[in-house]
Amino acid sequence: MSFLSELGEFMLARKKYWLMPIVLMMALLGGLLVLTKGSAIAPFVYTLF
Amino acid sequence: MRILGLSAYYHDSAAALVVDGRPFAAAQEERFTRVKHDAVFPANAVRYCLAEAKATLSELDAVVFYEKPFLKFERLLETYLSVAPAGFRQFLTAMPLWLREKLFQKRLLSDELKAIDAGFDPARLHFCEHHLSHAASAFYPSPFERALVLTLDGVGEWPTTSVALGNGAALDIVKELHFPHSLGLLYSAFTHYAGFKVNSGEYKLMGLAPYGAPRFAQTILDRLVDLKEDGSFRLDQTYFDYMGGLTMINPRFEALFGEPARSAESPLRPFHMDIAASIQAVTEEIVLRMTRALSIETGERNLCLAGGVALNCVANGKILRDGRFKNLWVQPAAGDAGGALGAALATHHLQFGGARETPKTLDAMSGAYLGPAYGQSDTEARLTAAGAVFETLEEEELLARTVAALGEGQAIGWFQGRMEFGPRSLGNRSILGDPRSPVMQRTLNLRVKYRESFRPFAPAVLAEDVSSWFEHEGPSPYMLFVADVVEARRHAMTPEEQGLFGIDKLNVVRSDIPAVTHVDYSARLQTVHAETNPRFHGLLRAFKAATGCSVLINTSFNVRGEPIVCTPEDAFRCFMGSDIEMLIVGDCLLRKELQNPGLMHDYKSSFELD
Repeated sequence: MSFLSELGEFMLARKKYWLMPIVLMMALLGGLLVLTKGSAIAPFVYTLF
Repeated sequence: MRILGLSAYYHDSAAALVVDGRPFAAAQEERFTRVKHDAVFPANAVRYCLAEAKATLSELDAVVFYEKPFLKFERLLETYLSVAPAGFRQFLTAMPLWLREKLFQKRLLSDELKAIDAGFDPARLHFCEHHLSHAASAFYPSPFERALVLTLDGVGEWPTTSVALGNGAALDIVKELHFPHSLGLLYSAFTHYAGFKVNSGEYKLMGLAPYGAPRFAQTILDRLVDLKEDGSFRLDQTYFDYMGGLTMINPRFEALFGEPARSAESPLRPFHMDIAASIQAVTEEIVLRMTRALSIETGERNLCLAGGVALNCVANGKILRDGRFKNLWVQPAAGDAGGALGAALATHHLQFGGARETPKTLDAMSGAYLGPAYGQSDTEARLTAAGAVFETLEEEELLARTVAALGEGQAIGWFQGRMEFGPRSLGNRSILGDPRSPVMQRTLNLRVKYRESFRPFAPAVLAEDVSSWFEHEGPSPYMLFVADVVEARRHAMTPEEQGLFGIDKLNVVRSDIPAVTHVDYSARLQTVHAETNPRFHGLLRAFKAATGCSVLINTSFNVRGEPIVCTPEDAFRCFMGSDIEMLIVGDCLLRKELQNPGLMHDYKSSFELD
């Protein structure tokens, strides 16, 4: 829960309210995405993500 | 006040401990895990920093991560939206990572820190912006009361270039260039095009540049980079693929230069040398335009640099000789590992209001010797356990025997004191050789380090003698400036030799110290100072007394693809798996011919090529 409030505060501070629907959509799709394999370490192109 | 800085999860994880505003201990995780550029949480480096300070995590005032994950996430989402639907493949690759772990980095870090010390309070975990971390790492340890701070890298959150003003304990970022317009990414795109690994092969590209001619520089400036008078620029994204794709460049880029990207380990041709020379020339042009404009704009006389691009020592040398700034200081751990140190320093001064005492010596980095050291009795126990045969000598005898072996053309493993922080070996985890030998460059490259034959070696020179060997004055303790060998020490080339091209030119004896003289007479300097490394300084003095030469080859103690050695056991393994002929660890001397042949092993294939 603290994560959600921090994310909310972040969007408020950055005035990026329009990111909210994208994040919500991704949270819904997240279940699917999270199930795919991967690691926290960026796999290829430089350190873009 | 004790603050721990962390960098992790992208590349070059590291931990750095700052005590009362001074760098106290710092190390990269790769040195412990033995995985080059390791990006895991730096648990070993954290434990080392804590052990050095005899502290626990919960006793520290704060732990700081070197960038802000939410800002990075914002940049990713906005980038994907801006290129949609083209970036869908990268989106699909990146988002699972973010949704599972990276977005929850605070919790991830807290869990890791609690695994080290269950009593750690997550409220003490802070985050510092990526470029502020770099800027802090460049300014606070510098010897300047006030300075202009320029940071250049691939990308952090949004900024790729930032300009800050440092004054006492204050540090303010005054302007930035944002993603996707990035000098670091431009250089990396060419690194990829020339067939080297992005994020590790940039050095190779820089080393390859003097073999070629910058015949594509104008094409780059005309087509890829819209460069303004003040050094700000925009990259034409129609030639690149990194915003939404899975590679750095696209087919348009390849068509522009008329050849496909070189595949790794395939032969290097003059074309690739010209590409390297061209991007190097453009990089220098961009950086010089920036520093010239900033010197006029701010009137500052001191300049500090950090960020991965600040490791381009050729460009740094050009800035220095350009003379717009009276003094130039570059953070030795200029890449992301140094961000750990900068995050801790920024938190100390900017968040907790810690005062800053301007260093009265060279700088506050202690020669970058911030890593682990091993006492003599510990070293002997470790070597004995590893099966090594060694003798323990007094310093005078040790130096005399080393100098004699160097004079015979032997490659010497030299392991002393605290490990260096940053990508360069500076005389504590080094392989040394005689720079006067005309065959040493090839021998070290091919038989000892197993790396490409075109790569040059760096000289370590007595600080007091630097001007008699190189066109350079003042300190260069971190190999971050390139300077030419002085005219008097150069050898005139015959017309036949001048006609040689590319790597063939390397075999020509171009100076009194050919092994460290690049084809354009340049050398990547390390000045050795008695106050930061008395034993290495003593070795150079002994070598000078015996030969008249106050220069040694100094290259990192590792083979290709291997992180630099950390422990005496690492050093012994590397010694037994390569053609290093003598190894000095502390006061212990090991000769290859006396070792148990059963301990020799095939070493070079143990590491993935870099």
